[in-house]
Amino acid sequence: MKNAIRISCERSNLKVVRDFVSGYLVGLGQNELRINQIVLAVDEIVANIVIHANAEDASKHLDVRLKVADGLFEIELRDQGSAYSPASYQEPNMPEYIQQGRKGGMGMALVNRLMDRVEFSQHKSYNICRLYKQLS
Amino acid sequence: MKITQTPSDTTLTLVLDGELDASSSVLLDTELSNPTVLQYQKVLIDCQRLNYISSAGLGVFISHLQRFQDAGVKLVFFNMQEKVHNVFEILGLDSLMTIVPSQTEAAAL
Repeated sequence: MKNAIRISCERSNLKVVRDFVSGYLVGLGQNELRINQIVLAVDEIVANIVIHANAEDASKHLDVRLKVADGLFEIELRDQGSAYSPASYQEPNMPEYIQQGRKGGMGMALVNRLMDRVEFSQHKSYNICRLYKQLS
Repeated sequence: MKITQTPSDTTLTLVLDGELDASSSVLLDTELSNPTVLQYQKVLIDCQRLNYISSAGLGVFISHLQRFQDAGVKLVFFNMQEKVHNVFEILGLDSLMTIVPSQTEAAAL
């Protein structure tokens, strides 16, 4: 089973990553609801990396690598854009967001609620985000 | 994402077909931003063929909800797949938005 892909930082590639992760999880026999939850968490991070960290610059790349060991599913995302600071995270207040007509600010809340563990690390020339989920 | 509009006297029904992500949600935002939408009493969103929604898709609905309410327009979702409904639930949006099982129930509101 193919476990890695590289995409250019374009919005149209969000679906490419979703289909890749989804196909891998179908191969692992996961149910539709679980697959959708993991795919959603990955999509939220990939969208942030493509749109915010790399400003949709198609000359830049994002590497996605998948791994499963002892039932623990790991997604590794590597890019060279600006780094995300988890310290800046704020829990969204949905009634307030509705009142204010806000469009964004919910992606990381979904990721944090859907995944078992989320890690961000900065290296000399690249960033890594790792997402973990124990599979049933 | 394909969006089909079915207008009647008081109701505008939007049929969403495909995946609503950070790329395709721009199209939905354009549709909902059209001032003529506020002339209806109800905007019904048929989600039967909506196979995926991310925070960008949710954000489009959230950003228009108050504007709709201020104009007296009801926004109602129906025929939502379980995996899509689950995304609304995770953020608690299922209790802040009107989601009903069928078109009949949506029309009766």
